[in-house]
Amino acid sequence: MSIEAALREAGAKPAGKRPWFLDEDVETVLAITLSVSQELTVARQRIDTLERLLESKGILTRAEVENYTPDKQAADERALWVQEYISRVLRVLQQRGEASATNTDVASEDLGDELAR
Amino acid sequence: MEHNSQSSPHVYEGPPDYRVVGRHAVFPETSHDEVERINYLAQMNRFLSTSIVPGVRAAYETEVQPKFQKKHGHGISNRHEARKALLENSIFCFWSAVRRATMEQRQQAGRWTAIRQRERLAEIAKELTNDDDRLELDSEIVIPRYVSGVDHHCMPGSYHSEYFAGDVTNGANYDHAGFVTTAGLLGKYSDGGGKAVVNWVKKNLPDFHPKNILEIGGTVGHSSLPIAEAYPDAQMTVVDVGAPVLRYALARAKSLNVENIRFVQASGEDLSRFPDASFDWIQTTMFLHELSSSALRNIFNETRRLLKPGGIVLHVEQPQYTSNMPIFEQTMRDWDAFYNNEPFWSRMHEIDLTQQMVDAGFDAKNIIHGGVTGVVDKELFPDAAEDESEDFGRKAAWHVIGGKV
Repeated sequence: MSIEAALREAGAKPAGKRPWFLDEDVETVLAITLSVSQELTVARQRIDTLERLLESKGILTRAEVENYTPDKQAADERALWVQEYISRVLRVLQQRGEASATNTDVASEDLGDELAR
Repeated sequence: MEHNSQSSPHVYEGPPDYRVVGRHAVFPETSHDEVERINYLAQMNRFLSTSIVPGVRAAYETEVQPKFQKKHGHGISNRHEARKALLENSIFCFWSAVRRATMEQRQQAGRWTAIRQRERLAEIAKELTNDDDRLELDSEIVIPRYVSGVDHHCMPGSYHSEYFAGDVTNGANYDHAGFVTTAGLLGKYSDGGGKAVVNWVKKNLPDFHPKNILEIGGTVGHSSLPIAEAYPDAQMTVVDVGAPVLRYALARAKSLNVENIRFVQASGEDLSRFPDASFDWIQTTMFLHELSSSALRNIFNETRRLLKPGGIVLHVEQPQYTSNMPIFEQTMRDWDAFYNNEPFWSRMHEIDLTQQMVDAGFDAKNIIHGGVTGVVDKELFPDAAEDESEDFGRKAAWHVIGGKV
Protein backbone atom coordinates (compact mmCIF):
# COMPACT_ATOMS: atom_id res chain seq x y z
CA MET A 1 0.00 0.00 0.00
CA SER A 2 1.43 3.39 -0.97
CA ILE A 3 1.84 6.13 1.59
CA GLU A 4 -0.56 8.27 -0.44
CA ALA A 5 -3.27 5.58 -0.34
CA ALA A 6 -2.83 4.97 3.37
CA LEU A 7 -3.07 8.66 4.21
CA ARG A 8 -6.09 9.12 1.95
CA GLU A 9 -7.90 6.19 3.58
CA ALA A 10 -7.01 7.32 7.09
CA GLY A 11 -8.63 10.67 6.38
CA ALA A 12 -11.63 9.25 4.51
CA LYS A 13 -14.98 10.96 4.84
CA PRO A 14 -17.62 8.89 6.65
CA ALA A 15 -20.76 8.06 4.64
CA GLY A 16 -23.35 10.72 5.40
CA LYS A 17 -23.68 14.41 4.60
CA ARG A 18 -21.56 16.59 6.90
CA PRO A 19 -23.37 19.18 9.02
CA TRP A 20 -21.87 22.67 9.09
CA PHE A 21 -22.60 24.76 12.17
CA LEU A 22 -20.77 27.92 11.18
CA ASP A 23 -20.09 29.47 7.83
CA GLU A 24 -18.67 26.49 5.92
CA ASP A 25 -15.37 28.17 5.20
CA VAL A 26 -14.97 29.42 8.75
CA GLU A 27 -15.63 25.96 10.09
CA THR A 28 -13.16 24.51 7.62
CA VAL A 29 -10.47 26.77 8.98
CA LEU A 30 -11.52 25.91 12.53
CA ALA A 31 -11.07 22.20 11.78
CA ILE A 32 -7.61 22.88 10.38
CA THR A 33 -6.71 24.91 13.44
CA LEU A 34 -7.90 22.17 15.79
CA SER A 35 -5.75 19.62 13.99
CA VAL A 36 -2.77 21.92 14.37
CA SER A 37 -3.61 22.24 18.05
CA GLN A 38 -3.58 18.45 18.32
CA GLU A 39 -0.28 18.09 16.56
CA LEU A 40 1.31 20.84 18.62
CA THR A 41 0.29 18.94 21.74
CA VAL A 42 1.75 15.73 20.33
CA ALA A 43 5.01 17.47 19.51
CA ARG A 44 5.16 19.14 22.90
CA GLN A 45 4.65 15.79 24.65
CA ARG A 46 7.38 14.19 22.58
CA ILE A 47 9.81 16.92 23.47
CA ASP A 48 8.84 16.52 27.09
CA THR A 49 9.47 12.76 26.87
CA LEU A 50 12.89 13.35 25.36
CA GLU A 51 13.90 16.00 27.83
CA ARG A 52 12.91 13.85 30.78
CA LEU A 53 14.75 10.79 29.43
CA LEU A 54 17.87 12.72 28.50
CA GLU A 55 17.91 14.54 31.76
CA SER A 56 17.54 11.31 33.72
CA LYS A 57 20.41 9.69 31.82
CA GLY A 58 22.67 12.72 31.65
CA ILE A 59 23.23 12.11 27.93
CA LEU A 60 22.71 15.29 25.95
CA THR A 61 23.18 19.00 26.14
CA ARG A 62 20.86 21.55 24.61
CA ALA A 63 23.65 22.75 22.28
CA GLU A 64 23.82 19.34 20.59
CA VAL A 65 20.10 19.56 19.81
CA GLU A 66 20.50 23.07 18.40
CA ASN A 67 23.34 22.01 16.10
CA TYR A 68 21.85 18.73 14.85
CA THR A 69 22.01 18.04 11.06
CA PRO A 70 20.09 14.99 9.72
CA ASP A 71 21.76 12.55 7.30
CA LYS A 72 19.93 11.41 4.15
CA GLN A 73 17.91 8.64 5.81
CA ALA A 74 16.98 10.81 8.75
CA ALA A 75 16.00 13.62 6.42
CA ASP A 76 13.74 11.24 4.44
CA GLU A 77 12.10 9.95 7.60
CA ARG A 78 11.51 13.49 8.82
CA ALA A 79 10.06 14.52 5.44
CA LEU A 80 7.67 11.54 5.41
CA TRP A 81 6.47 12.62 8.82
CA VAL A 82 5.76 16.09 7.48
CA GLN A 83 3.68 14.58 4.65
CA GLU A 84 1.65 12.64 7.19
CA TYR A 85 1.28 15.77 9.28
CA ILE A 86 0.03 17.95 6.46
CA SER A 87 -2.58 15.42 5.33
CA ARG A 88 -3.83 15.20 8.90
CA VAL A 89 -4.09 18.96 9.26
CA LEU A 90 -5.78 19.46 5.89
CA ARG A 91 -8.10 16.43 6.22
CA VAL A 92 -11.18 18.63 6.11
CA LEU A 93 -10.30 19.88 2.64
CA GLN A 94 -9.82 16.31 1.44
CA GLN A 95 -13.28 15.47 2.77
CA ARG A 96 -14.91 18.47 1.11
CA GLY A 97 -13.45 17.22 -2.15
CA GLU A 98 -14.82 13.72 -1.49
CA ALA A 99 -18.23 15.19 -0.68
CA SER A 100 -18.22 17.08 -3.96
CA ALA A 101 -17.51 13.85 -5.80
CA THR A 102 -20.60 12.00 -4.50
CA ASN A 103 -24.30 12.72 -4.95
CA THR A 104 -25.63 9.77 -2.94
CA ASP A 105 -24.93 11.02 0.60
CA VAL A 106 -27.92 11.18 2.88
CA ALA A 107 -28.15 13.29 6.05
CA SER A 108 -28.44 11.37 9.31
CA GLU A 109 -31.54 13.46 10.10
CA ASP A 110 -33.25 12.37 6.87
CA LEU A 111 -32.27 8.72 7.25
CA GLY A 112 -33.64 8.86 10.79
CA ASP A 113 -37.07 9.71 9.37
CA GLU A 114 -36.79 6.80 6.95
CA LEU A 115 -35.62 4.34 9.59
CA ALA A 116 -38.39 5.34 11.99
CA ARG A 117 -41.06 4.32 9.50
CA MET B 1 1.32 14.62 48.49
CA GLU B 2 4.71 16.32 48.31
CA HIS B 3 5.79 18.18 45.24
CA ASN B 4 9.19 19.29 44.16
CA SER B 5 9.65 22.86 43.03
CA GLN B 6 8.99 22.07 39.35
CA SER B 7 5.72 20.18 39.64
CA SER B 8 2.27 21.69 39.52
CA PRO B 9 0.54 22.34 42.84
CA HIS B 10 -2.70 21.05 41.31
CA VAL B 11 -4.08 17.54 41.72
CA TYR B 12 -4.72 15.99 38.32
CA GLU B 13 -8.26 14.99 37.44
CA GLY B 14 -9.16 13.56 34.08
CA PRO B 15 -8.57 10.66 31.74
CA PRO B 16 -5.67 8.30 32.48
CA ASP B 17 -2.73 8.17 30.11
CA TYR B 18 -3.65 5.92 27.17
CA ARG B 19 -0.69 3.67 27.96
CA VAL B 20 -2.72 1.97 30.73
CA VAL B 21 -5.05 0.31 28.20
CA GLY B 22 -4.93 -3.46 27.99
CA ARG B 23 -3.30 -5.00 24.93
CA HIS B 24 -3.78 -8.32 23.21
CA ALA B 25 -2.44 -10.08 20.11
CA VAL B 26 -4.43 -8.10 17.50
CA PHE B 27 -4.33 -4.75 19.31
CA PRO B 28 -2.50 -2.31 17.03
CA GLU B 29 0.94 -1.11 17.99
CA THR B 30 0.84 2.57 18.86
CA SER B 31 3.78 4.90 18.55
CA HIS B 32 4.57 7.60 21.09
CA ASP B 33 2.91 10.24 18.92
CA GLU B 34 -0.14 8.10 18.17
CA VAL B 35 -0.67 7.67 21.88
CA GLU B 36 -0.37 11.42 22.44
CA ARG B 37 -2.84 12.08 19.61
CA ILE B 38 -5.39 9.92 21.46
CA ASN B 39 -4.54 11.50 24.82
CA TYR B 40 -5.14 14.94 23.32
CA LEU B 41 -8.56 13.95 21.95
CA ALA B 42 -9.67 12.38 25.24
CA GLN B 43 -8.66 15.64 26.97
CA MET B 44 -10.46 17.68 24.32
CA ASN B 45 -13.70 15.75 24.88
CA ARG B 46 -13.36 16.26 28.61
CA PHE B 47 -12.68 19.96 28.15
CA LEU B 48 -15.74 20.33 25.93
CA SER B 49 -18.03 18.59 28.41
CA THR B 50 -16.70 20.21 31.58
CA SER B 51 -15.74 23.70 30.36
CA ILE B 52 -17.80 24.51 27.27
CA VAL B 53 -21.12 22.75 27.88
CA PRO B 54 -21.86 24.85 31.00
CA GLY B 55 -21.64 27.88 28.73
CA VAL B 56 -23.99 26.24 26.24
CA ARG B 57 -26.43 25.60 29.06
CA ALA B 58 -26.16 29.23 30.19
CA ALA B 59 -26.72 30.45 26.64
CA TYR B 60 -29.79 28.22 26.38
CA GLU B 61 -31.25 29.67 29.55
CA THR B 62 -30.34 33.32 29.12
CA GLU B 63 -30.44 33.78 25.34
CA VAL B 64 -32.10 30.93 23.44
CA GLN B 65 -35.18 30.43 25.62
CA PRO B 66 -36.04 34.15 25.97
CA LYS B 67 -35.56 34.70 22.24
CA PHE B 68 -37.84 31.77 21.44
CA GLN B 69 -40.47 32.99 23.93
CA LYS B 70 -40.43 36.45 22.40
CA LYS B 71 -40.72 35.14 18.86
CA HIS B 72 -43.40 32.49 19.43
CA GLY B 73 -45.30 33.76 22.46
CA HIS B 74 -44.67 30.50 24.34
CA GLY B 75 -41.75 28.60 25.76
CA ILE B 76 -39.80 25.76 24.16
CA SER B 77 -41.97 22.67 24.46
CA ASN B 78 -39.77 19.84 23.15
CA ARG B 79 -36.22 18.89 22.18
CA HIS B 80 -36.80 19.47 18.48
CA GLU B 81 -37.81 23.10 19.03
CA ALA B 82 -34.85 23.45 21.39
CA ARG B 83 -32.36 22.06 18.87
CA LYS B 84 -33.54 24.31 16.07
CA ALA B 85 -33.45 27.34 18.38
CA LEU B 86 -29.94 26.41 19.55
CA LEU B 87 -28.73 26.24 15.95
CA GLU B 88 -29.22 30.02 15.86
CA ASN B 89 -26.91 30.45 18.85
CA SER B 90 -23.21 30.87 18.11
CA ILE B 91 -21.97 29.30 21.37
CA PHE B 92 -23.91 26.11 20.60
CA CYS B 93 -22.66 26.20 17.02
CA PHE B 94 -19.03 26.64 18.04
CA TRP B 95 -19.29 23.81 20.57
CA SER B 96 -20.92 21.65 17.89
CA ALA B 97 -18.30 22.52 15.29
CA VAL B 98 -15.46 21.62 17.67
CA ARG B 99 -17.21 18.43 18.80
CA ARG B 100 -17.73 17.33 15.20
CA ALA B 101 -14.12 18.13 14.31
CA THR B 102 -12.95 16.15 17.35
CA MET B 103 -14.97 13.12 16.23
CA GLU B 104 -13.38 13.33 12.81
CA GLN B 105 -9.89 13.73 14.26
CA ARG B 106 -10.48 10.63 16.40
CA GLN B 107 -11.36 8.60 13.32
CA GLN B 108 -8.38 9.87 11.36
CA ALA B 109 -6.03 9.10 14.25
CA GLY B 110 -7.44 5.61 14.84
CA ARG B 111 -7.62 4.71 11.17
CA TRP B 112 -4.08 5.81 10.48
CA THR B 113 -2.75 3.58 13.24
CA ALA B 114 -4.84 0.60 12.07
CA ILE B 115 -4.28 1.07 8.35
CA ARG B 116 -0.50 1.44 8.49
CA GLN B 117 -0.19 -2.04 10.04
CA ARG B 118 -3.28 -3.75 8.69
CA GLU B 119 -1.50 -6.45 6.71
CA ARG B 120 0.37 -7.49 9.86
CA LEU B 121 -2.82 -7.43 11.97
CA ALA B 122 -4.64 -9.53 9.36
CA GLU B 123 -1.81 -12.09 9.50
CA ILE B 124 -2.06 -12.33 13.28
CA ALA B 125 -5.84 -12.68 13.09
CA LYS B 126 -5.46 -15.38 10.45
CA GLU B 127 -3.01 -17.36 12.57
CA LEU B 128 -5.38 -17.21 15.52
CA THR B 129 -8.63 -17.95 13.69
CA ASN B 130 -7.72 -20.16 10.72
CA ASP B 131 -9.77 -23.37 10.67
CA ASP B 132 -11.41 -22.41 13.95
CA ASP B 133 -15.12 -23.23 13.74
CA ARG B 134 -15.84 -20.59 16.34
CA LEU B 135 -15.72 -18.02 13.53
CA GLU B 136 -18.62 -18.36 11.07
CA LEU B 137 -18.66 -15.74 8.34
CA ASP B 138 -21.38 -15.33 5.73
CA SER B 139 -20.19 -13.69 2.52
CA GLU B 140 -23.81 -13.48 1.31
CA ILE B 141 -24.99 -11.29 4.17
CA VAL B 142 -26.92 -8.16 3.17
CA ILE B 143 -25.79 -5.14 5.20
CA PRO B 144 -28.98 -3.41 6.37
CA ARG B 145 -29.73 0.19 5.46
CA TYR B 146 -29.45 1.25 9.13
CA VAL B 147 -25.77 0.23 9.05
CA SER B 148 -24.83 1.20 5.50
CA GLY B 149 -26.77 4.48 5.07
CA VAL B 150 -24.46 6.68 7.11
CA ASP B 151 -21.32 5.54 8.94
CA HIS B 152 -22.19 5.37 12.66
CA HIS B 153 -20.36 7.89 14.83
CA CYS B 154 -18.52 9.11 11.72
CA MET B 155 -16.45 5.90 11.57
CA PRO B 156 -15.57 5.56 7.88
CA GLY B 157 -16.52 2.13 6.57
CA SER B 158 -18.45 1.37 9.78
CA TYR B 159 -18.15 -2.15 11.23
CA HIS B 160 -18.62 -4.06 8.02
CA SER B 161 -16.34 -2.66 5.27
CA GLU B 162 -13.29 -4.74 4.52
CA TYR B 163 -10.44 -3.63 2.34
CA PHE B 164 -8.96 -7.00 1.42
CA ALA B 165 -9.57 -10.68 2.22
CA GLY B 166 -9.08 -11.35 5.92
CA ASP B 167 -9.02 -7.64 6.80
CA VAL B 168 -9.51 -6.50 10.42
CA THR B 169 -8.85 -2.76 9.98
CA ASN B 170 -12.23 -1.54 11.14
CA GLY B 171 -12.22 -3.82 14.17
CA ALA B 172 -8.78 -2.56 15.14
CA ASN B 173 -9.75 1.08 14.72
CA TYR B 174 -12.99 0.65 16.69
CA ASP B 175 -11.19 -1.17 19.52
CA HIS B 176 -8.01 0.77 20.10
CA ALA B 177 -9.22 4.36 19.76
CA GLY B 178 -12.61 4.10 21.47
CA PHE B 179 -10.71 5.43 24.49
CA VAL B 180 -11.07 8.90 22.99
CA THR B 181 -14.84 8.92 23.48
CA THR B 182 -15.03 7.11 26.80
CA ALA B 183 -11.88 8.67 28.33
CA GLY B 184 -11.18 5.47 30.20
CA LEU B 185 -14.65 5.07 31.70
CA LEU B 186 -14.94 1.62 30.11
CA GLY B 187 -11.69 0.39 31.65
CA LYS B 188 -8.62 -1.51 30.54
CA TYR B 189 -10.26 -3.68 27.86
CA SER B 190 -13.27 -1.42 27.15
CA ASP B 191 -15.24 -4.05 29.01
CA GLY B 192 -16.74 -1.98 31.84
CA GLY B 193 -20.20 -2.36 30.32
CA GLY B 194 -20.04 -6.15 30.22
CA LYS B 195 -18.63 -6.29 33.75
CA ALA B 196 -21.45 -4.04 34.94
CA VAL B 197 -24.04 -6.35 33.40
CA VAL B 198 -22.42 -9.39 35.04
CA ASN B 199 -22.48 -7.68 38.44
CA TRP B 200 -26.12 -6.72 37.94
CA VAL B 201 -27.12 -10.27 37.03
CA LYS B 202 -25.14 -11.89 39.86
CA LYS B 203 -26.68 -9.49 42.36
CA ASN B 204 -30.26 -9.53 41.11
CA LEU B 205 -30.48 -13.09 39.81
CA PRO B 206 -28.12 -15.07 42.08
CA ASP B 207 -29.72 -18.42 41.19
CA PHE B 208 -29.48 -17.87 37.44
CA HIS B 209 -27.01 -20.32 35.87
CA PRO B 210 -27.10 -19.81 32.10
CA LYS B 211 -25.73 -22.51 29.81
CA ASN B 212 -26.24 -20.80 26.45
CA ILE B 213 -25.77 -17.05 26.08
CA LEU B 214 -26.24 -14.88 22.99
CA GLU B 215 -25.08 -11.31 22.43
CA ILE B 216 -26.53 -9.51 19.41
CA GLY B 217 -24.45 -6.77 17.81
CA GLY B 218 -21.40 -7.66 19.86
CA THR B 219 -18.78 -6.16 17.45
CA VAL B 220 -15.29 -6.98 18.78
CA GLY B 221 -16.62 -8.58 21.98
CA HIS B 222 -15.96 -5.73 24.44
CA SER B 223 -19.07 -6.52 26.46
CA SER B 224 -19.27 -10.23 25.61
CA LEU B 225 -15.97 -11.42 27.06
CA PRO B 226 -16.74 -10.45 30.67
CA ILE B 227 -20.00 -12.42 30.42
CA ALA B 228 -18.28 -15.50 28.97
CA GLU B 229 -15.61 -15.25 31.67
CA ALA B 230 -18.15 -14.88 34.47
CA TYR B 231 -19.99 -18.03 33.38
CA PRO B 232 -17.19 -20.41 32.33
CA ASP B 233 -19.57 -23.37 32.10
CA ALA B 234 -21.72 -21.54 29.57
CA GLN B 235 -21.27 -21.32 25.81
CA MET B 236 -21.47 -17.78 24.49
CA THR B 237 -22.44 -16.86 20.91
CA VAL B 238 -21.92 -13.36 19.52
CA VAL B 239 -23.61 -12.26 16.30
CA ASP B 240 -22.84 -9.16 14.26
CA VAL B 241 -23.19 -8.10 10.62
CA GLY B 242 -19.54 -7.03 10.26
CA ALA B 243 -16.89 -9.55 9.18
CA PRO B 244 -13.84 -7.42 10.11
CA VAL B 245 -15.05 -6.94 13.69
CA LEU B 246 -15.89 -10.64 14.10
CA ARG B 247 -12.52 -11.81 12.77
CA TYR B 248 -10.83 -9.38 15.11
CA ALA B 249 -13.14 -10.45 17.96
CA LEU B 250 -12.25 -14.15 17.91
CA ALA B 251 -8.54 -13.39 17.66
CA ARG B 252 -8.88 -10.93 20.55
CA ALA B 253 -10.87 -13.41 22.68
CA LYS B 254 -8.39 -16.24 22.15
CA SER B 255 -5.46 -13.97 22.85
CA LEU B 256 -7.16 -13.00 26.12
CA ASN B 257 -7.70 -16.70 26.92
CA VAL B 258 -11.48 -16.65 26.63
CA GLU B 259 -12.36 -19.89 24.87
CA ASN B 260 -16.09 -20.48 25.55
CA ILE B 261 -17.19 -17.99 22.91
CA ARG B 262 -17.92 -18.07 19.19
CA PHE B 263 -18.63 -15.36 16.65
CA VAL B 264 -21.23 -15.63 13.90
CA GLN B 265 -21.88 -13.19 11.07
CA ALA B 266 -25.64 -12.69 11.03
CA SER B 267 -28.28 -10.02 11.40
CA GLY B 268 -30.12 -10.02 14.72
CA GLU B 269 -33.32 -9.61 12.75
CA ASP B 270 -33.08 -13.10 11.31
CA LEU B 271 -31.57 -15.65 13.65
CA SER B 272 -33.44 -18.55 12.06
CA ARG B 273 -30.22 -20.56 12.13
CA PHE B 274 -30.97 -21.03 15.85
CA PRO B 275 -34.03 -23.10 16.84
CA ASP B 276 -36.70 -21.79 19.21
CA ALA B 277 -35.70 -21.72 22.89
CA SER B 278 -31.95 -21.94 22.22
CA PHE B 279 -30.65 -19.50 24.83
CA ASP B 280 -30.90 -18.84 28.55
CA TRP B 281 -29.67 -15.27 28.24
CA ILE B 282 -29.72 -12.82 25.36
CA GLN B 283 -27.79 -9.57 25.72
CA THR B 284 -27.44 -6.34 23.74
CA THR B 285 -25.13 -3.56 24.90
CA MET B 286 -25.37 -0.02 23.48
CA PHE B 287 -26.84 -1.57 20.36
CA LEU B 288 -30.54 -0.68 20.03
CA HIS B 289 -29.80 2.91 19.00
CA GLU B 290 -28.02 1.71 15.85
CA LEU B 291 -31.15 -0.02 14.46
CA SER B 292 -34.45 1.07 12.89
CA SER B 293 -38.03 0.81 14.14
CA SER B 294 -38.70 -2.36 12.17
CA ALA B 295 -35.32 -3.90 13.05
CA LEU B 296 -35.93 -3.22 16.74
CA ARG B 297 -39.31 -4.98 16.51
CA ASN B 298 -37.82 -7.92 14.61
CA ILE B 299 -34.98 -8.30 17.09
CA PHE B 300 -37.30 -8.14 20.10
CA ASN B 301 -39.45 -10.84 18.44
CA GLU B 302 -36.38 -13.00 17.79
CA THR B 303 -35.20 -12.66 21.39
CA ARG B 304 -38.61 -13.81 22.63
CA ARG B 305 -38.57 -16.78 20.28
CA LEU B 306 -35.01 -17.78 21.14
CA LEU B 307 -35.32 -17.65 24.93
CA LYS B 308 -35.73 -20.85 26.92
CA PRO B 309 -38.33 -20.97 29.70
CA GLY B 310 -36.72 -19.23 32.69
CA GLY B 311 -34.45 -17.25 30.37
CA ILE B 312 -33.79 -13.51 30.33
CA VAL B 313 -33.08 -10.82 27.79
CA LEU B 314 -31.24 -7.66 28.84
CA HIS B 315 -30.71 -4.51 26.79
CA VAL B 316 -28.20 -1.94 28.06
CA GLU B 317 -28.68 1.57 26.67
CA GLN B 318 -28.35 5.24 27.47
CA PRO B 319 -31.46 6.42 29.36
CA GLN B 320 -34.72 6.98 27.50
CA TYR B 321 -36.12 10.48 27.11
CA THR B 322 -39.01 10.82 29.51
CA SER B 323 -41.01 13.81 30.72
CA ASN B 324 -38.76 13.74 33.81
CA MET B 325 -35.68 14.53 31.73
CA PRO B 326 -35.19 18.29 31.19
CA ILE B 327 -35.62 19.43 27.59
CA PHE B 328 -32.06 20.82 27.55
CA GLU B 329 -30.63 17.43 28.55
CA GLN B 330 -32.75 15.63 25.93
CA THR B 331 -31.54 18.09 23.31
CA MET B 332 -27.89 17.64 24.21
CA ARG B 333 -28.26 13.86 24.27
CA ASP B 334 -29.91 14.11 20.86
CA TRP B 335 -26.86 15.81 19.31
CA ASP B 336 -25.37 12.51 18.13
CA ALA B 337 -28.54 11.67 16.21
CA PHE B 338 -28.19 14.66 13.95
CA TYR B 339 -24.50 15.52 13.96
CA ASN B 340 -22.62 12.33 14.79
CA ASN B 341 -24.30 9.93 12.38
CA GLU B 342 -26.53 8.09 14.83
CA PRO B 343 -29.71 8.39 12.75
CA PHE B 344 -31.95 6.19 14.94
CA TRP B 345 -30.70 7.57 18.28
CA SER B 346 -33.41 10.21 18.62
CA ARG B 347 -36.38 7.96 17.78
CA MET B 348 -35.02 5.03 19.76
CA HIS B 349 -34.77 7.08 22.93
CA GLU B 350 -38.41 8.13 22.81
CA ILE B 351 -39.82 4.65 22.11
CA ASP B 352 -41.80 2.98 24.91
CA LEU B 353 -39.47 0.00 25.22
CA THR B 354 -41.66 -1.67 27.83
CA GLN B 355 -44.56 -1.68 25.36
CA GLN B 356 -42.23 -2.97 22.63
CA MET B 357 -41.26 -5.86 24.91
CA VAL B 358 -44.92 -6.64 25.58
CA ASP B 359 -45.68 -6.45 21.87
CA ALA B 360 -42.90 -9.00 21.30
CA GLY B 361 -44.64 -11.42 23.63
CA PHE B 362 -43.08 -10.70 27.02
CA ASP B 363 -45.48 -10.65 29.96
CA ALA B 364 -45.85 -7.10 31.31
CA LYS B 365 -45.25 -8.30 34.85
CA ASN B 366 -41.94 -9.88 33.85
CA ILE B 367 -40.34 -6.75 32.42
CA ILE B 368 -37.01 -5.86 34.04
CA HIS B 369 -35.79 -2.29 34.71
CA GLY B 370 -32.43 -1.43 36.20
CA GLY B 371 -29.41 0.85 36.02
CA VAL B 372 -25.67 0.18 35.86
CA THR B 373 -22.42 2.13 35.60
CA GLY B 374 -19.15 1.00 34.05
CA VAL B 375 -17.03 -1.29 36.24
CA VAL B 376 -13.32 -0.50 35.99
CA ASP B 377 -10.03 -0.95 37.82
CA LYS B 378 -10.32 2.16 39.99
CA GLU B 379 -6.56 2.30 40.58
CA LEU B 380 -6.05 3.27 36.95
CA PHE B 381 -9.39 4.35 35.50
CA PRO B 382 -12.09 6.86 36.41
CA ASP B 383 -15.19 5.43 38.05
CA ALA B 384 -18.35 6.44 36.22
CA ALA B 385 -20.39 6.06 39.42
CA GLU B 386 -18.30 8.79 41.08
CA ASP B 387 -17.68 10.95 38.03
CA GLU B 388 -19.84 14.05 38.11
CA SER B 389 -19.01 15.24 34.60
CA GLU B 390 -21.66 14.58 31.96
CA ASP B 391 -20.94 14.14 28.29
CA PHE B 392 -24.54 13.67 27.24
CA GLY B 393 -24.96 10.23 25.77
CA ARG B 394 -21.34 9.14 26.18
CA LYS B 395 -21.02 8.56 29.93
CA ALA B 396 -20.69 4.98 31.12
CA ALA B 397 -24.01 5.12 33.02
CA TRP B 398 -26.80 3.13 31.44
CA HIS B 399 -30.32 1.85 31.85
CA VAL B 400 -31.14 -1.83 31.70
CA ILE B 401 -34.42 -2.98 30.22
CA GLY B 402 -35.21 -6.60 29.81
CA GLY B 403 -37.64 -9.41 30.35
CA LYS B 404 -37.98 -12.91 31.74
CA VAL B 405 -39.94 -15.74 30.20
